[in-house]
Amino acid sequence: MSGTQHLPSIAKDPRSLATDKPEPHLYRWKPEGPAAWAMSVDLNACIGCNACVVACQAENNIPVVGKEQVIREREMHWLRIDRYYEGSSTAPDSYFQPVLCMHCEEAPCETVCPVGATVHDSEGLNVMVYNRCIGTRFCSNNCPYKVRRFNYFAFANEEQRPPEARNPDVTVRGRGVMEKCTFCLQRIAEARIAADRENRPVGEVRTACQAACPTQAFTFGNMADPDSEVAKRKQSPLDYALLADQNTRPRVTYEARIRNPKPPNEGSGG
Amino acid sequence: MTDIPFSRALHPESPIGGSRPPLSRDPVVLPGPSIGSMTDQICAIALRERAFLWWWIAMIPASLLTGLLVAAILWLFYAGVGIWGIDWPVVWGFAIINYVWWIAIASGGTFISALFYLTGVEWRTSLNRSAETMTVFAAACAGIYPILHLGRPWLFYWLFPFPNTMTLWPQFRSPLLWDFFAIFTYVTSSILFWYLGLIPDLLATMRDRAATRRKQLVYGAMALGFRGSDRQWRHYHVTYGVLAAIMAPLVISVHSIVGLDFAGAATVGWHSTEFPPFFVFGALLSGFAMVLLLVIPLRRLLSLEDFITGRHFDILCKMLLVSSLCLAYAYMMDAFTVFYGAQRAEKIMFIDKVSGSLAPVYWATILLNVLLPQLMWFQRLRLNQALIVVISLGVIVGMWCERYTIVVMSLRRTHLASAWGDYHPTFWDWATLFGTVGLFASGIFLCVRFLPVISMFEMRALLQSRPREGERQ
Repeated sequence: MSGTQHLPSIAKDPRSLATDKPEPHLYRWKPEGPAAWAMSVDLNACIGCNACVVACQAENNIPVVGKEQVIREREMHWLRIDRYYEGSSTAPDSYFQPVLCMHCEEAPCETVCPVGATVHDSEGLNVMVYNRCIGTRFCSNNCPYKVRRFNYFAFANEEQRPPEARNPDVTVRGRGVMEKCTFCLQRIAEARIAADRENRPVGEVRTACQAACPTQAFTFGNMADPDSEVAKRKQSPLDYALLADQNTRPRVTYEARIRNPKPPNEGSGG
Repeated sequence: MTDIPFSRALHPESPIGGSRPPLSRDPVVLPGPSIGSMTDQICAIALRERAFLWWWIAMIPASLLTGLLVAAILWLFYAGVGIWGIDWPVVWGFAIINYVWWIAIASGGTFISALFYLTGVEWRTSLNRSAETMTVFAAACAGIYPILHLGRPWLFYWLFPFPNTMTLWPQFRSPLLWDFFAIFTYVTSSILFWYLGLIPDLLATMRDRAATRRKQLVYGAMALGFRGSDRQWRHYHVTYGVLAAIMAPLVISVHSIVGLDFAGAATVGWHSTEFPPFFVFGALLSGFAMVLLLVIPLRRLLSLEDFITGRHFDILCKMLLVSSLCLAYAYMMDAFTVFYGAQRAEKIMFIDKVSGSLAPVYWATILLNVLLPQLMWFQRLRLNQALIVVISLGVIVGMWCERYTIVVMSLRRTHLASAWGDYHPTFWDWATLFGTVGLFASGIFLCVRFLPVISMFEMRALLQSRPREGERQ
């Protein structure tokens, strides 16, 4: 699942992971906006330090729900680090994979919301309209990645964080609405305003998780611009989509981790 | 069966009628009652000065549970859906389970009174009033859950396609929206159908026999100006036929849509084209079980042995058996498609379902919905009232377990193992479940107390067409 590949198999078939072969479809809507926001996460770089999780929590006013609610499986993290283990249970190899909203081009969450509270924007973002959400939670059921979080209580009200510690550019969500990663929409908006002022195409945007990552595992940008780093990274033979068989066409893709372990028959004598 | 039925002692004015064991070759109505004695008996039940002792004994716990429901709902609105056990990733819990469970129970009455009306089955006449009453209250219990379920229940009306200043429409691709339409239609037409069926009885019979002025006024007003003229009867029969023709397909459409609430999502364990018929089968099974569960005690307590005979038990138990076999087929296909489709996530979920920590719920479903009803193959057992009650109650519990399997077990085993979770219902989950049981029971008891339990005008037509004593071989 984490797409870990051993070097010999990658060397034999470099594009073995690639998900760029066209899946069958009847109709595909294309966002027509000036930019196509996308992300690439390099799993070779991720060390599982959780800095991105904390940065996201601070940037997006994500409530800290407290121990009791965490025990009841109601933590609100928009971004989580999945861990996979391989080998013996005493000394396993661990692999990390940051999982956030994939901003699927064919987002399953959007079709099941009865009031249209989660929709696609022209730049390919899957946006959540908090004011429209009535809290059926169907979107979470239909999300194969399970990256949506629900305000079971008025978590934001009960939080200890003083109001001035909140990010003024981000809405605080009330009780009974769903929320999830926005690709730091407020940062995109800021970049768009700056670009409009200077009358140039929208330039670089750094998401909170990307800015906090000490190993630069995240690359975010405009996929429509072939010179952008994210577009280049998506050309990598290691690029793959999580749960590609669900045909969701996620805008977040991963670069598979490569391992080059010592072959077992050449192992140490001890 | 018993020498002196319990009910006789409490119900001295009931006419002398068959306190004899039910036989499968019984006619639809025993030869005892005449048109007059039938009307007397049914009216006497509803027009009694004081309620039966058993009525009070049954009504007290039912209204206490209804009170608990009110408390649970008020607390829910004040505190939020977090008072329930739902979590991440099991974001749907008891509210959806109970909703599907109740709406399925409601199907029984519609099936019996609408479909069998259209096909002209005469045994329906003894059962349709009680079955329809059951449908109305089961559908009402079901109808409140989708609203309680919402994170922001006060905004439920946004599901309506109403013109508004923001020119926002609901999202027509969502199965939940169609579910809302289906339930709304179903509840409305069930109430209309039930009430329309009551009108002739309320007017001609109940109003004229009511002892006090107040009762006369109430029953008369409820008859909505129906005077029993020829013209009115003609219109009445046309309306009733049209409503029946609307109701019968609604049974199929409502439960198909409930099935699509699940199958419309690509969720592990739900994404199956089998779901719509699967839910219809389940609905019929629980519907027939609930009718049996209701009719058996009513028959004894109200001395309706003349009208609800061995033939009714025989037919209803056969229907129970048939729907149980259909459901067994659906369970088999559920297992088959998992392995035929060979999706890893589906397989993991299924293996967890049949052998994981919640496996007893799955096997209870199989035992109660499929294996126990097989006893109905034997004619002797189809007339054994105690056994019928046990099996019907088993089916009602089994159908709840089935919905628990579908909702909780599918959601807790998603594609990514990192998002696996668990579900622990809280006190408020159980309070809401048993609260609606109380609401349902209170509604039934009130109707039994104040409304005729058998559709008298239809029963009169049946008695009239019955061959005379002497003409029988």
